[in-house]
Amino acid sequence: MNLSRRDALAALAAAGAVGTAGATVLGDEGGADADSSLPDGTLATLVAVAETVYPAEAGGIEPFVETYVTGRIVNDPAHREGVVTAAADLDATARDWVGAPIADLDRSARDRLLRDLSVDVADPDPDGNLAARVRFYLVNELLYAFYASPTGGRLVGIENPTGYPGGTESYRRARMEDEDG
Amino acid sequence: MADDRSPVPDADVCIVGAGPAGAIVAARLGEAGHDVVVLDAGPRFDLDDRTEQLDAHLRPGVEETTRGDGEAVDGPWGMGGERDAYTSSGSKGYPLNAARVKGVGGSTLHWQGMVMRLHERDFELQSRHGVGTDWPIDYADLRPYYAEAEAELGVAGAADNPFAPPREEPHPLPAFPPSHSDSIFAEACESLELPMHSVPNARNSEPYDGASACVGYGTCKPVCPSGAKYTAERHVARAEAAGARVIDRAPVQRLAHDGERIEAAVYATPDGTEHRQDARAVVLACGGVENVRLLLLSASDAHPDGLANASGAVGRYFMDHCFAGVGGRIDRPTRQNHVGFNTSECHALYDAVDPLPGVKLEFLNYAGPSPVSEALHADDWGDSLLDSLRESYGTHLAVGALVEQFPRAENRITLDRSTTDDHGNPVPDVRWSVGPETRAAIERVNEVQRAILRELDAEIDWAVGPDETGPAFHHMGTTRMGTDPDESVVDPDCRAHDCDNLWIAGSSVFPTGGAMNPTLTIAALSCRLADRLEDWL
Repeated sequence: MNLSRRDALAALAAAGAVGTAGATVLGDEGGADADSSLPDGTLATLVAVAETVYPAEAGGIEPFVETYVTGRIVNDPAHREGVVTAAADLDATARDWVGAPIADLDRSARDRLLRDLSVDVADPDPDGNLAARVRFYLVNELLYAFYASPTGGRLVGIENPTGYPGGTESYRRARMEDEDG
Repeated sequence: MADDRSPVPDADVCIVGAGPAGAIVAARLGEAGHDVVVLDAGPRFDLDDRTEQLDAHLRPGVEETTRGDGEAVDGPWGMGGERDAYTSSGSKGYPLNAARVKGVGGSTLHWQGMVMRLHERDFELQSRHGVGTDWPIDYADLRPYYAEAEAELGVAGAADNPFAPPREEPHPLPAFPPSHSDSIFAEACESLELPMHSVPNARNSEPYDGASACVGYGTCKPVCPSGAKYTAERHVARAEAAGARVIDRAPVQRLAHDGERIEAAVYATPDGTEHRQDARAVVLACGGVENVRLLLLSASDAHPDGLANASGAVGRYFMDHCFAGVGGRIDRPTRQNHVGFNTSECHALYDAVDPLPGVKLEFLNYAGPSPVSEALHADDWGDSLLDSLRESYGTHLAVGALVEQFPRAENRITLDRSTTDDHGNPVPDVRWSVGPETRAAIERVNEVQRAILRELDAEIDWAVGPDETGPAFHHMGTTRMGTDPDESVVDPDCRAHDCDNLWIAGSSVFPTGGAMNPTLTIAALSCRLADRLEDWL
């Protein structure tokens, strides 16, 4: 299952950021401007986290994450700051605890790092401790992008997940449109 | 002008509360050329913030402060804190702040939007069955106003309900077609002789009244980002376009009166000052709890037990609808949580069945967990999260029901003088209980709900019965309508018996509440009240 930029835009629609932000992302194939761009290290950390929290069958993660997160932060400097800081703090913890940036760790080592930090059981909180901020700005941000989009929803069996404006046809169907039968 | 909260000179009508009951009156009287001012205790919510409110609803940790006064509050509509303090002293706890919204739009901001007419028997419960009380008006009196209310709310419905009272006009919008899970229930209900029919929804199945058709966000309760679900903001906009003045964050503290007539509504503003809004007539429209509190706070030597309370009925006969439900899983996809509203229901258990309280069956389109919410609260991720989401989603079904409560004098709203709100006023105390006849009806409908699921070979995994039941957040009965001033608070025109220029809108005037969601009847009564009040002016 390959994620696409279109999937990211669908997820942005679910997050209510498809207006100005979506137009900016859509109309700027070559990259975003300074206010909407992500530092390289932040993107690498987000992708590393996404590769851990998304199902293994998800491909195309990097462009999906870049498009989605860029759309989320373009008009929200406070959110951008939260994402960038949480990513930097997580990466610094990886370097401190295991001697390498999180992006260089394999999937199981990233998973262990996040669990050792208690991110799996942390209550998401933008103003909380590191685990709470990583859960809020990175893990839940990425899980929301995935499972509130039709592509992620389809893996579970729902092409119009809660929060996604997927119309009033799907609820009447006996099965997802592209399923056999 | 938004920050100008000064009184309006020479107002014809002052309406307290900008929910549907008040906003419809405001729009109609404003459009008829009257000078109208509306005071609401809560804020004006920006339509552009709805997707952020959706975010706050779905995503744990997102701040939900939309009220702007720095108080700790709950939910996307900012209820809670000292402003909304209350107590609950009945045998059954009552979660009042989950049950209402203060602000321009009122509780339609968070409602689900089901809008059906009361049945004819609901107006004649005492005459027909010797319980409760009769309304002083009957279905025929309200029938033309029901049609007007359906147009006002943009109701999507169909004439396929064999149990519904008579009607001539089609609904303004076509009904939403039945869901896939409705078709699953249809097999079982047919064999149990429970005919299913469409739900009338105050939700656009097509664009209507300048608002979008439903686009399926699935979060109707508590927030519709598309604007397809009716909120009273539509009527507030109409009222303002007609020249009405709507003042938000202006909680009315008391009604100043000379014993016979109200002279002014005394309201507070965020800057700490008090103002007096004079008007020829006052319409109370702030819900079945706050209508009562304001009358009790307006006690005087001439009205020692509260304004318009010579009958002693103000605050008494508080009714809600009790929820009953059974849910389970079957061995095939049920396609839940695509939309946040229901498309089929059944009124077969409503009229003259034993036990007597009316029951409305609802076939839920949102049974079981939503994968998005589950993922955001999970303590797992990756493949194992996906596995658990696949296991938990997809095969749930549930049948809910609303069950009638008969009016009981001991269920009542009073003032709790030991607790005060942010303006130093005593807070409302809600005393609520579930009577034996309603408990019996809940047990009966649970049997029916179990029978439906058994027909489908479902594995039943939860039930809400008489011990677990809770309110559907419909506040009715506390300023009941009647012809006898010793027994009721308002007359059949919704004008107070004891106060010449006081009118009361909303479900607090319902003498009985049936088991139908009340807002269409609220809207119909507001259309009627506006006619009567215009004649009076």
